[in-house]
Amino acid sequence: MGRTLAEKVWDEHVVRSTPGEPDLLYIDLHLIHEVTSPQAFDGLRLAGRTVRRPDLTIATEDHNVPTVDWDKPIADPVSRTQVETLRRNAEEFGVRLHPLGDVEQGIVHVVGPQLGLTQPGMTIVCGDSHTSTHGAFGALAFGIGTSEVEHVLATQTLPQARPRTMAVTVNGSLPAGVTAKDLVLALITHTGTGGGQGYVVEYRGPAIEELSMEARMTICNMSIEWGAKAGMIAPDQTTFDYVRGRPEAPTGADWDAAVEHWTSLRTDDDAEFDQEIVLDASEMAPFVTWGTNPGQGVPLSGSVPYPSDFEEEGDRVAAENALRYMALEAGTPMREVAVDTVFIGSCTNGRIEDLRLAASIIEGRTVDADTRLLVVPGSARVRLQAESEGLDVVFKQAGAEWRGAGCSMCLGMNPDTLAPGERSASTSNRNFEGRQGKGGRTHLVSIPVAAATAVRGTLSSPADLD
Amino acid sequence: MDAFTTHTGVGVPLRRSNVDTDQIIPAVYLKRVTRTGFEDGLFAAWRGDESFVLNQEAYAAGSVLVAGPDFGTGSSREHAVWALQNYGFRAVISSRFADIFRGNSGKAGLVAAQVDEKVVQRLWDLLEAEPGATVTVDLESRTVRAGEGPDAVEDSFDIDDYTRWRLLEGLDDVSITLTHDEDITSFEAGRPAWKPALT
Ligand code: SF4
Repeated sequence: MGRTLAEKVWDEHVVRSTPGEPDLLYIDLHLIHEVTSPQAFDGLRLAGRTVRRPDLTIATEDHNVPTVDWDKPIADPVSRTQVETLRRNAEEFGVRLHPLGDVEQGIVHVVGPQLGLTQPGMTIVCGDSHTSTHGAFGALAFGIGTSEVEHVLATQTLPQARPRTMAVTVNGSLPAGVTAKDLVLALITHTGTGGGQGYVVEYRGPAIEELSMEARMTICNMSIEWGAKAGMIAPDQTTFDYVRGRPEAPTGADWDAAVEHWTSLRTDDDAEFDQEIVLDASEMAPFVTWGTNPGQGVPLSGSVPYPSDFEEEGDRVAAENALRYMALEAGTPMREVAVDTVFIGSCTNGRIEDLRLAASIIEGRTVDADTRLLVVPGSARVRLQAESEGLDVVFKQAGAEWRGAGCSMCLGMNPDTLAPGERSASTSNRNFEGRQGKGGRTHLVSIPVAAATAVRGTLSSPADLD
Repeated sequence: MDAFTTHTGVGVPLRRSNVDTDQIIPAVYLKRVTRTGFEDGLFAAWRGDESFVLNQEAYAAGSVLVAGPDFGTGSSREHAVWALQNYGFRAVISSRFADIFRGNSGKAGLVAAQVDEKVVQRLWDLLEAEPGATVTVDLESRTVRAGEGPDAVEDSFDIDDYTRWRLLEGLDDVSITLTHDEDITSFEAGRPAWKPALT
């Protein structure tokens, strides 16, 4: 019987397999950031161990870094300590670090692909749940805990139980103005936040194949929001074109050998998945969340649901609690919901294509007087690229704040937070209570919806602007 | 990880059930960037109370905690185990442990010895009658022992075979994987040359 993409990548990385024990998997790339690594390095130190493969390990600073005055010392002492600890650890253990101020600094999941380090068929881990982003290249990529970070540092391997596989086949084409973000938000609402539990998911079908690499990353990024262990997309010409020529991509004969191998990774025609979901992209529309988990969403043209709309008791209670926290009245059209802050950024939607799309909508318009628009590039490179294209000027002329690179308001570990009761439209991935600041209320949206919302001040799509 | 064969140390009677990990170490103590130093947060909410057992001199140097059922429930934070170890505990005796806490203990080298509820009761009585008395946790023979004469306690405890083996050998997960070092090295030799490596 044939094998799936996930199974092929898995099999290629098994160092050791014994019945009754998890497989020992080799890890091709270990990404590190300041929040989940300190105890792991401390553990190495206590045991007198070293990093086995510093050449397969790379660190950057993202969660805590300020997006203004980044040339000055970090004001918050806790953030500063975490960042300084990473710097010391990277130095002591010989790990390459791209610190704040470095041209390759940025959100860890933006930096890997941008350097060409993220390649098809690899195993990639990071102490961060959105490591699933890298699956867009046909890599097996997943988040791990701090003990596992230590394990990978010391051994470059990880004991892992073989996961089940699921196919999400998306037929048709996305209508104009509907993005990968809308697709994945609709999928999560369809399956619920636990629908992917225990699975490595492969997104496939014509609608997926048509997507750019960056849009594919947006989809794989949010795999974790419906509980999947990882999301993957088979590598194809789009993938190869994106990787080719990047600083860490193979060259010459190595490139040819790599592409030949990557091409062989596609799921075989006779392979079987443990589970399958089929969706039609042509029926999709701009999609937004109304609640406090990413599975509580509706089309932008819809209304805030009534708790009684839900069949299951648990969903009804969750909806009641969410409406209370979000201060929303059931039945309110989503388009009438006014927001205070629009956040464009994060590892979900903070890449150059996202900023270009946002700028194309904002250009020649102004941000609503009662709304603040924060544009935070996913990496320093994205920032510089955007500035070379004049996108920063478009944003600033419209009245937006143009910032430095980092996670920023995605999780509000730096000073970019919502005030209690403030409402945001955010291109990030989590609308949990307090995620963007204590008492903050988050609506997850796509780039076009974020841009149009900034202009109108209420949840909107570009079609509402004319 | 240090091997654990047998340990004898001052027993601390913690007459409480359902001690969750938030009580073992509250969230505000989790910001530290090291794996050490968490002893200051151990049982933080109770340490302010003068009558709390660890505030009594006889028990202050305790290394064997004897607690009520359902010890270590709640949040999965690994810091709960670190806090107990940082304080000086080598073993916790209870009649029931939360799964994740038990798993984390095994990984970090803290012995979670599960005994019959009556044994806990007798240990409590003995340790309160004789503050500062020692308890022996013998992992090789899976027995706990304390006291002498008619009130002496000696009973067996449960711990799964795999964890016991790892603790006796002093092997953490990393150490176990490192016993397969040859497999890893030979796997590395077969990796394609075009895979990315940083300089
Ligand atoms: S941008 Fe948000 S989701 Fe992505 S790594 Fe940073 S905090 Fe996590």
